[in-house]
Amino acid sequence: MEQKKTALELVDIHKSYGTLEVLKGVSLSAGDGEVISILGSSGSGKSTLLRCINLLERPSKGRIIMSGEELALEPGKDGDLKASNSRQLERMRSEIGFVFQNFNLWPHKSIIDNIIEAPTQVLKLSRDEAIARAEKLLERVGLYDKRNVYPANLSGGQQQRIAIARALAMEPRVLLFDEPTSALDPELVNEVLAVMRSLAEEGRTMLIVTHEMRFAREVSNKVVFLHQGNIEESGTPEEVFDRPTSPRVRDFMASHH
Amino acid sequence: MDLLGFGDLLLSGTWVTIKLALTSLVFGLAFGLIGASAKLSSFWPARMLATAYTTLVRGIPELLLVLTIYFGGSMMLMAVAEKFGYTEYIEISAFAAGVAALSIAFGAYSTEVFRGAIQAIPKGQWESAQALGMTRGKTFFRIILPQVWRLALPGLGNLFQVLLKDTALVSVVGLNDLMRQAYVATGSTKQPFTFYMAAAIIYLGLTVLATLTTTWLERAADPAARGARA
Repeated sequence: MEQKKTALELVDIHKSYGTLEVLKGVSLSAGDGEVISILGSSGSGKSTLLRCINLLERPSKGRIIMSGEELALEPGKDGDLKASNSRQLERMRSEIGFVFQNFNLWPHKSIIDNIIEAPTQVLKLSRDEAIARAEKLLERVGLYDKRNVYPANLSGGQQQRIAIARALAMEPRVLLFDEPTSALDPELVNEVLAVMRSLAEEGRTMLIVTHEMRFAREVSNKVVFLHQGNIEESGTPEEVFDRPTSPRVRDFMASHH
Repeated sequence: MDLLGFGDLLLSGTWVTIKLALTSLVFGLAFGLIGASAKLSSFWPARMLATAYTTLVRGIPELLLVLTIYFGGSMMLMAVAEKFGYTEYIEISAFAAGVAALSIAFGAYSTEVFRGAIQAIPKGQWESAQALGMTRGKTFFRIILPQVWRLALPGLGNLFQVLLKDTALVSVVGLNDLMRQAYVATGSTKQPFTFYMAAAIIYLGLTVLATLTTTWLERAADPAARGARA
């Protein structure tokens, strides 16, 4: 356990909305450079789990540890946990890249300004440094020529590639993808998956909530299957895709082929 | 513009009206933003205070507000001054009373415009900023507010037109604004049509100017729709 460096560790994460228990104690750990795909039918809690990692969703119980540093949590007034120290939360968030299903680019800012906003405001890079960093990333996602347009002028696939570049501009230790291709037209899915594949190949630590089974199988070191707020099965892609022990996972794989 | 020698008077009144409207706008926008933030706050006393403010101010006539602040304000000041041994009569300037009343009213109405606009911004806009480590304050001022502004502009433009015409109410406490100067000129020349018509045209000119400015601002606030490309 100690030799393998752990990039991210989730311990016993619970989340309830009122009486509805969405996560019932999920523990998960991602080694440095590991790519983990989180699968499951809708309502299984997979997006909630991902959003709990950087507290976009406040867990009801559990621990979040990144590179050995535990995020300090305390119960809030509504019973769910909140960060004890907002500075620590902001710093840890800046080290976790999050890619949303709906991109969430800022429509009033040009592409380049979307990318340099957090590096200049959070990391306090100079504008020139941030722009140099952003332009490199734009070249990497193949959208350098779009640097001065606004998000509304781009296709969904292009917007998602920009959103990935925006996350990368913070040089995060971990990347979280929350159904990154689910809002895209089918013909735009591959351009986004290609960018994600290249990130996986360069050894980034990634957690991916996705419905793209073939992609998950190809890029992941580990696959986790969630069902009703619990981990139903986890293992290598071969184990989970080819030899699932849970009948539920077997049914899911059969219907998602 | 001569108007039987009263042209200059009307012009000076117009200038007072413009100053009153713009000063009230600045304070009123500030009150509105503070009010909207308070209404959306997680701190319940702030929400309660803001609700009391908008309910009260929107529920009474603006004229009542003007009179209360002008006469009530000077009485309050005198009462305070008396405690310090000052017994002379203190009068609040009609302009200051007007700015106070109109900006309080504008603030109450614009609180609702801002609140609606802030709530219309998708949650994902906050989330993507905070996921990058931005503080709530930075997210609000750098990501949300510029977008709120664009959504709020049509509503604010509307309110500004109302404000511009409500400035006429301050003439009842003796402010030499356009309305009062037109009244004065009518009184000494007995030509109501000439002067009220002139005032009407000037008010109309001002509101048209305000509409054009709002339209221009709306365009400027939406670079994407303008199709800005470099």
